[in-house]
Amino acid sequence: MVRTENLGKVFLTGFRMQKVAALKGLNLEVRQGEVFGFLGPNGAGKTTTLKILMGLIYATSGKAWIMGKEVGDVSVKHRLGFLPEQPYFYDYLTAMEFLDFYGRLFGLPRAERESRAKKLLEQVGLAHAGDLQLRKFSKGMLQRIGIAQALINDPELVILDEPMSGLDPIGRKEVRDIIMGLKEKGKTLFFSTHILSDVEVICDRVAILVKGELKATGTVGELIGGMGVRAVEMTVEGMDEEGMAALKTLSKNVVTVGRQSVAFFDDQDKAKQAREMVFKKGGDIVSLIPHKASLEDIFVEEVRKGEVGGKRGTEARP
Amino acid sequence: MKIYAIALNTFKEVIRDKIFYSLVFFALLILGASVLLSTLTVGERSKIIEDLALSSIDIFGVIIAIFVGIGLVDKELEKKTIYTIISKPIRRYEFLLGKYLGLAMTLLAYISVMSACFMLVLYLYTGAWKPTLLLSVLLTYVELLVITASAILFSTFSTPILSATYTLAIYTIGHLTADLKGLAAKTGEESAKAVLEFLYYLLPNLENFNIKGKVVHNIAVAPDYMVFAVTYGLLYTAGLLIISTIVFQRRNFK
Repeated sequence: MVRTENLGKVFLTGFRMQKVAALKGLNLEVRQGEVFGFLGPNGAGKTTTLKILMGLIYATSGKAWIMGKEVGDVSVKHRLGFLPEQPYFYDYLTAMEFLDFYGRLFGLPRAERESRAKKLLEQVGLAHAGDLQLRKFSKGMLQRIGIAQALINDPELVILDEPMSGLDPIGRKEVRDIIMGLKEKGKTLFFSTHILSDVEVICDRVAILVKGELKATGTVGELIGGMGVRAVEMTVEGMDEEGMAALKTLSKNVVTVGRQSVAFFDDQDKAKQAREMVFKKGGDIVSLIPHKASLEDIFVEEVRKGEVGGKRGTEARP
Repeated sequence: MKIYAIALNTFKEVIRDKIFYSLVFFALLILGASVLLSTLTVGERSKIIEDLALSSIDIFGVIIAIFVGIGLVDKELEKKTIYTIISKPIRRYEFLLGKYLGLAMTLLAYISVMSACFMLVLYLYTGAWKPTLLLSVLLTYVELLVITASAILFSTFSTPILSATYTLAIYTIGHLTADLKGLAAKTGEESAKAVLEFLYYLLPNLENFNIKGKVVHNIAVAPDYMVFAVTYGLLYTAGLLIISTIVFQRRNFK
């Protein structure tokens, strides 16, 4: 559905026209029918990539295709939906007028526009707000009307830029439900985000972008699987001082609260040794929790690796 | 169809803006004040009303054209609404022309309302209709089309404040281009003469659209002249819009 080859973008910033590479040789593929999460810290180049795909800015190098056609082809846009980051809309329009306007841009006949607009308002839970001007909308409502706008042409591919940012947990769940609903209908979804918990739940595949470079790509399982159990957390009770001292030598950190102590271990072997030691000393193990790597760990690790040799803050904001 | 959709949306945008209403309100206020002012003068009082009304229609039209015109594209960029438009199957030039036509429609509505009020006031005052005044209003509208196109052109590559400054400069110089030619004739320096003549032909001659004095004083305006002025205005506008679309096509929407 979406493919990029060595995509690069250089921005000239400031008075002296300094070159800042926002995107460096990006190779990416989004397959039909999948929910693809595009992750990266702020300024990683996610929005830049999406803007190039939508024809809002021009790539400095490389190429990109959507549905087999090179980016910029107007015919492809008939089958495409897009929600920009933190969208502001024409706040002087009512929700119905707003959707009607976008329907016109697709050349839809009046009756079709009206029925689609009504259906979409229902789908995003705004059926009651059809005659309300957008300036009276809350942030969550704006995000939802934005998604409705992206779906007015019943697109095959939906591209969303940070659809969950700035929303409260309920709003995020609503957006997540809409995304899942679209997936069930067989649509392809490509969205950027930095809210990782959502990604783990809904994405088939993810890509991690740091400082304009692709650091990792694959299913969430693949990315996490490679890292195994990262740490073990053990809570013990009834240990004497000698036992505590032994525990401290094995553990990287021990926190004592009241009668209980929580010990953290870097690897499973040390945790096993500690377990045997606790039994020998007559202590009780209250709980033993292995911590698996989460997407967050991978994300943080990739971002950190990306920052070695370069300082954070030199991000290019288009 | 798509251009019309953008134009209609722009029309709604301006019509629902408070600034537009306050400008129309002030224009109507001056129209009313012209009746009061005319009582202070000796001689033909209706001439004062005609003069003041025609000028206020012109000046407030120019203010709307410049200050709304410079914001048309910039607001879309600033509020990022343009992202949702350009990602739809619409070409950039269609968007720009739509924005332009939207404001042109708004100005037409403005000028129609103003003319209707003006004609009515004059009728109530003198008891007679004077349709020739509408010729002047027509040329004022063509002038506004040129000004709006300039404002759009500047706003495709610079900030609103600079665009407003440039467009105001075009408006001012546009009414003084005859002086440029006069200056060119008087100067002895060949290079200066060339520059001045170049500017004379490059910049719009907005005095072409000014027949207020003639219609107020009942001097006939030749039909040929009307055709010339309207054609000149439309061609100049088309030129400005073509350059605007070329600049706009190359732009990155950051």
